[in-house]
Amino acid sequence: MGRSWDFQHDNDPKHKAIFHNLQELRHSASLANKVFIQRDYSEGTTCRFQTKFPSELDSRIERTLFEDTVKTLNNYYAEAEKIGGQSYLEGCLACTTAYIIFLCMETRYEKVLKKIGRYIQEQNEKIYAPRGLLITDPIERGMRVIEISIYEDRASSGSSSGSSSTSGTSAR
Amino acid sequence: MSAVMITRKVRKWESSGKEHFLLRWTRNDGPQKGVFYLTLFLIVGTCLTVLSIRVSRPIAASTLFIWAMITKNVIGACPYLAIHLSPAIPVFAIVLFLFVMAMLLRTSFSDPGVLPRALPEEATFIEMEIEAANGNVPAGQRPPPRIRNVQINGQIVKLKYCYTCKIFRPPRASHCSICDNCVDRFDHHCPWVGNCVGKRNYRYFYLFTLSLSLLTIYIFTFDIVHVVLRSVDSGFVKTLQDTPGTYPFVLVCFFTLWSVVGLTGFHTYLISLNQTTNEDIKGSWSGKNRVQNPYSHKNILKNCCEVLCGPAYPSVLDRRGLMRDDLPITSSAAVPAIRSNPVPQTTKTTAPLIPNEHTPDDTKPSIADTTNPHAEKSSPSPKEEKQPTLYKALHSPSLQSTVWTYEKTCF
Repeated sequence: MGRSWDFQHDNDPKHKAIFHNLQELRHSASLANKVFIQRDYSEGTTCRFQTKFPSELDSRIERTLFEDTVKTLNNYYAEAEKIGGQSYLEGCLACTTAYIIFLCMETRYEKVLKKIGRYIQEQNEKIYAPRGLLITDPIERGMRVIEISIYEDRASSGSSSGSSSTSGTSAR
Repeated sequence: MSAVMITRKVRKWESSGKEHFLLRWTRNDGPQKGVFYLTLFLIVGTCLTVLSIRVSRPIAASTLFIWAMITKNVIGACPYLAIHLSPAIPVFAIVLFLFVMAMLLRTSFSDPGVLPRALPEEATFIEMEIEAANGNVPAGQRPPPRIRNVQINGQIVKLKYCYTCKIFRPPRASHCSICDNCVDRFDHHCPWVGNCVGKRNYRYFYLFTLSLSLLTIYIFTFDIVHVVLRSVDSGFVKTLQDTPGTYPFVLVCFFTLWSVVGLTGFHTYLISLNQTTNEDIKGSWSGKNRVQNPYSHKNILKNCCEVLCGPAYPSVLDRRGLMRDDLPITSSAAVPAIRSNPVPQTTKTTAPLIPNEHTPDDTKPSIADTTNPHAEKSSPSPKEEKQPTLYKALHSPSLQSTVWTYEKTCF
């Protein structure tokens, strides 16, 4: 899953130039900041994240896109943790087999986590990466926070004051 | 030069994550393990004597030899009952015994819902939020306690800050001093099982106590039945002489019965109210002046269903173990890997910045600086020198189609 970028076989001269830049600069982008979206406990201990828009992302991404991402993630987690017919069946079946069946079978939660992983990857590729952002899957952070890393393009901000709001949209 | 590939690494939760927790468990917890083995020994020993299963008769160890001697004396019980009453009796006992053992092992060796400690960036972010909220504390005065108030289902619940794990504990989580970890929906640390009982393994623990109660009652009953039947056949005194080994185990069963059945009853009460042992002991939800339990559905059946038939939560602990193996390629450790050039610190009160060569030194550290020591102290690894494309490099939007690469980390 995912694309592979093979610089050796890429014949686009623009790409070659960038590749050389990478080699020379070693890092064309570097981590500027990290924003942590906290959990929203207003509805209990189920997994939900706050949809409040952090100020650090003000200049980087549109509010609606960010809120959509977080709302979709919240919906996925709600689906995973839903207590209904399917979770009862799964629980009862597993109990009768002394939970040995979990060694062979994937639980519903795990299936939804895979979906979440794919969704985050897709969001990163389509929306966040072009804006110099990266979302880390909450499961990597103990389901406590959604970590959004803000990158800045060093090459374009060479002599700037290093402000995190420097936009990396300089044309090349 | 190797190309940068986007590969999808198989995460631990896609296979079973229990082994890693088992390894972790066996590395720590020396004295706790002893009580766990005692539990195993008591259960296995009691059942073996009554069931007289030759196949599983243990080899070596003098205590086990004693069990075998006693078992020889009680060898009549199982076949006697099978012949005189029904063969289903010992069969059911064996099935129940296997279930008890499975639940015990599952409770002991599964992750109770440990919350991993905050990474340095997250810890610093939280510290800054706290400092911003506290404002300026006059010198000499103790800063206010680190508490966050959240509203859950209309009730105000206080979240405490854990100084060990550097996080604000989620509701119902607590730090276990024996395991030295914050555990989600912390119930208690059970020495008999050698593990904390938390969100992920509470149902296994409950089923363990429930099935153990049933097994104890079952064995106790059929021991008595066996003695009575034999007495009817051949007189009470002769029965006492024939089966001397039964009576210690009847005694053990009797005393175990009260404690295990009592414990099961207590946990059934807790489940029906959707409370944890920790909350019950502290009296979090009892008393008129205190907050009412915001997690209870006010319906016994719903509460039971939520606790026992809820989803099987994944372990977040194993995931972290997998990431750390991949240094410096992982997303968390890629941060120091990317910035291998030492740079001075910068300051901004609201938004911490990455260090930049052109800004002057300052005292307040930034989030990025917490991971700087790794970059500054060590020279770039040989891996980085030869294969710079291994870095997670995010290019500017103008070049979005070209240099965006993923490391084998996030997905």
